[in-house]
Amino acid sequence: MNTHAKPSKLLKGATGDWEIVVGMEIHAQVNSRSKLFSGASTEFGGEQNGHVSLVDAAMPGMLPVINRECVAQAIRTGLGLNAQINLRSVFDRKNYFYPDLPQGYQISQYKSPIVGEGEVIVDVTPTEQITVGIERLHLEQDAGKSLHDQSPTDSFVDLNRSGVALMEIVSKPDLRSADEARAYVTKLRTILRYLGTCDGDMEKGNLRADVNVSVRKPGGPLGTRCEIKNVNSIRFIGQAVEVEARRQIGIIEDGGKINQETRLFDPGKGETRSMRSKEEAHDYRYFPDPDLLPLEFTQTYVDELAAKLPELPDEKKARFMRDYGLPGYDAGVLVMERASADYYEAVAKGRDAKAAANWVINELFGRLNKEGKDIETSPVSSAQLGGIVDLITEGVISGKIAKDLFEIVWTEGGDPRAIVDTRGMKQVTDTGAIEAAVDAIIAANPDKVAQAQAKPTMLGWFVGQVMKQTGGKANPQSVNELLKSKLGI
Amino acid sequence: MSVDQATVRRIAHLARIAVTDEEVPHLAEEINAILSFVEELNAIDVTGVEPMTSVIPMKMKMRDDVVTDHAGADVVVANAPVSEDHFFMVPKVVE
Amino acid sequence: MTQPIDLTLAEARDALRDRKLSAVELTQSYIGAIDKARALNCFVTETPDRALDMAKASDARIASGSAGPLEGVPLGIKDLYATEGVHTQACSHILDGFKPRYESTVTSQLWSDGAVMLGKLNMDEFAMGSSNETSYYGPVASPWMPPNWSEDKARAALASDKRGLLVPGGSSGGSAAAVAARLCLGATATDTGGSIRQPAAFTGTVGIKPTYGRCSRWGIVAFASSLDQAGPIARTVRDSAIMLRSMAGHDAKDTTSVDTPVPDYEKAVGASIKGKKIGIPKEYRIDGMPAEIDALWKQGIEWLKAAGAEIVDISLPHTKTALPAYYIVAPAEASSNLARYDGVRYGLRVPGKDIADMYQKTRAEGFGREVRRRIMIGTYVLSAGYYDAYYVRAQKIRTLIKRDFETVYAQGVDAILTPATPSAAFGIGEKGSADPVEMYLNDVFTVTVNMAGLPGLAVPAGLSSDGLPLGLQLIGRPFEEETLFSLAEVIEQAAGRIKLPQVWW
Repeated sequence: MNTHAKPSKLLKGATGDWEIVVGMEIHAQVNSRSKLFSGASTEFGGEQNGHVSLVDAAMPGMLPVINRECVAQAIRTGLGLNAQINLRSVFDRKNYFYPDLPQGYQISQYKSPIVGEGEVIVDVTPTEQITVGIERLHLEQDAGKSLHDQSPTDSFVDLNRSGVALMEIVSKPDLRSADEARAYVTKLRTILRYLGTCDGDMEKGNLRADVNVSVRKPGGPLGTRCEIKNVNSIRFIGQAVEVEARRQIGIIEDGGKINQETRLFDPGKGETRSMRSKEEAHDYRYFPDPDLLPLEFTQTYVDELAAKLPELPDEKKARFMRDYGLPGYDAGVLVMERASADYYEAVAKGRDAKAAANWVINELFGRLNKEGKDIETSPVSSAQLGGIVDLITEGVISGKIAKDLFEIVWTEGGDPRAIVDTRGMKQVTDTGAIEAAVDAIIAANPDKVAQAQAKPTMLGWFVGQVMKQTGGKANPQSVNELLKSKLGI
Repeated sequence: MSVDQATVRRIAHLARIAVTDEEVPHLAEEINAILSFVEELNAIDVTGVEPMTSVIPMKMKMRDDVVTDHAGADVVVANAPVSEDHFFMVPKVVE
Repeated sequence: MTQPIDLTLAEARDALRDRKLSAVELTQSYIGAIDKARALNCFVTETPDRALDMAKASDARIASGSAGPLEGVPLGIKDLYATEGVHTQACSHILDGFKPRYESTVTSQLWSDGAVMLGKLNMDEFAMGSSNETSYYGPVASPWMPPNWSEDKARAALASDKRGLLVPGGSSGGSAAAVAARLCLGATATDTGGSIRQPAAFTGTVGIKPTYGRCSRWGIVAFASSLDQAGPIARTVRDSAIMLRSMAGHDAKDTTSVDTPVPDYEKAVGASIKGKKIGIPKEYRIDGMPAEIDALWKQGIEWLKAAGAEIVDISLPHTKTALPAYYIVAPAEASSNLARYDGVRYGLRVPGKDIADMYQKTRAEGFGREVRRRIMIGTYVLSAGYYDAYYVRAQKIRTLIKRDFETVYAQGVDAILTPATPSAAFGIGEKGSADPVEMYLNDVFTVTVNMAGLPGLAVPAGLSSDGLPLGLQLIGRPFEEETLFSLAEVIEQAAGRIKLPQVWW
């Protein structure tokens, strides 16, 4: 695996270069209608304690019953991470007291997780790829939520999240920079979204990371690590790695030692700080949950799930490069989201694949980003964008007109071909009409003609004038050719 | 194995049970009586024996992913010692 | 003429069905009996109004020909079972005021079969105890008078601190005492290490702990999840068979409950036991066992032999390890199961200066001494550095205990006969105050059965020289409760049904 960082990733300190070592525990909320061990809804929001079953509230005598779909989702995710699927795993109780942990224990998988070792291929830059090892994935319950800022004397406890299924995905300490950490989470999120096992919505806390950071001299022994809890955006993950590594380097270079501890990233201040309340020595007293039998399923079941898995981003990217002749970067951008890839394929089908990629990536994505929209809410459908590409390919409109057309479709909607017809946006290919315009402009600007003949780059001015005269509809190639011959350049 | 008073305090803390100074020696004594009672298990050879996971051999049944439980916030907080606006209220937790 | 409360459950059921007695009439008799027996402290909550409403509904169903198998039968419910809107506190201070908004699966089944609820029964706090002395609501006095006591002396003790009166056993002490005192036709109980069978033996009643998974645990306050099972205590073998049929069954809400059909256990009562192979385990002949217990055991062997059973000597070599292993596994599970009692969502809250202080004060005040002790033991054996040495080892030993039984069953043994308890009932305040282990030894014959998940039944087999009831225990193969009912019926017939104590309280 990626054991040593490239020199470009090292951080400079007063005493020389330092290498960052990062491993991550990602908590991904499983996509399911009901909770891991109860029939309460997983729906986000809603009235406090409105999505809570008697099981989630740990009423006396309540018992957990496992949700089949959550198990399937964990298996699918394991398959998507090229990981070992364990046909027998065990649920343990992790015992500790906290007001939003109603049972006084979290049901988790400690010694025998449902998924073992795997790996993820991560594109850090268009040209750099790393492989990140996955240590394990296990299923566990989410906790409820305590609100501490509602009153000076009390905390308010809402158990709506209590019992929602989480997958904890633990990476090996294979990441060597903030960029790698960001790229890893980005890729993992893409895979989860492709699989449909987690929506990856970090704003809602449906995907969050505990980031373990340590520093060492390149090639030296591993340093003491600090765990930065619950970082909830990809940008913050990068920042947290960066500032934490610098903090640690500062301490070591000043002759200090790193305490292994849990820290919190404060994005406002751009620093990490110690979580003193979590410092208390924990003794979670894990033991197998006696209310639950071991989780067992057959290889046949795993194979059935594997057979129904969607094409994953790595495979899709390779196919886009192979079948559509796209450069790796373009293919990579298109497969980031399954919906984008699907959109692209719909546009590319039966059309010039590269032109389709340009339109999707440059025009559509650019515009979506600008307006803060995503592909699902794009005002321009794949059929509409495909229609625009068709009109260009057929020579009905020029590329420039196409951009105007895209704007009209974006804001007003409608069939691109019909718009071109009704608004007279068709490109003029009738050389007679173009010739008339060229002649008129040459006749009206003898001084420019002389200049152009001396300096052929002046041609552009003439092209502009012709296009202006024809309302942009003249075929640019014809205009060029006619001007060149008439001007004799 | 036997426990000392410091251990008793540590266990009591883990279990979130307040103990008084007078109680601690008695508790240590009682716990040690139980620990010495279970001591005889050390004499049993358990080499190669699997720890029991389910006393009756059966497979864990699973439920379908459907929302079946609509207890409602009224029911959930009905027995709460202190609640407000359907929240459970606890002394402020300092993070 | 026989009073309604002297009828057995089977007799009452038949009388109700034949309209010789109305459910209201029968229920009123029990309400009256309970009223006069309050000093025994069997009930922690009485629900006479609900009982009469249920009885009226039963009479209507009987009249319309839609009676259930337990139609109009008044029962007592152990306080460990959640009963909707009714006191459910596991006889602990920490569940003060708790009224669940749900009904346990087992009690739901009883009500849908027509049974009538008289109230909730006293028990050891969280089912931890063997004498019903750990209840927050105080001890239960057995309706059996201490040997050589006069009624006046007994009544005087009842009016004061009950010391010297007999314990009914535990943890289902209220259940056993209420059945023996004829305050209900039968009672629900639970058994984690002997909590059905030991009190049944102490009070001259019949109790069965079915196979683990036979009854749903949903809605029953958990003590030790891998050991807890629900079961009935009743006056006769037949009565317990009738009750178990209604209590047992698969429940999708408890994944450890078993999805196999529930037989009509009553049909097994009176069935021939000819050719049944009965194992007599030599390890149950323990040092210091009273001669009369040994004699009772031999008598039981003779009765079964006379009825055509084949008696074989067997060995269950790990018997001795069961009790110590139990005192690791059960407290470990309990320490975790009882973590939910934290003063946040229900029950007692003792205010504290911060959250940690609130937890510690609530749990110190809310749990009684025995419960606190077991939580601490359980916490210790699960803690870092001790988990493998204690908990894992105990679970391995459990495998060995179960293997012992599997071996003899594989050799063709149908059931095993042992004494139910090492002694007859003892006095309130007599045991365990100095050394908790002294009390634990009560469960020495019963606890193996829980550790192996097997069915076990305690049936009265005679009286001690002091005139106190003694019981024998029958241990069966998994899910072969029917065999136990057939064998127990033979013992009950041969011993002659024990005459329950007359009212002195």
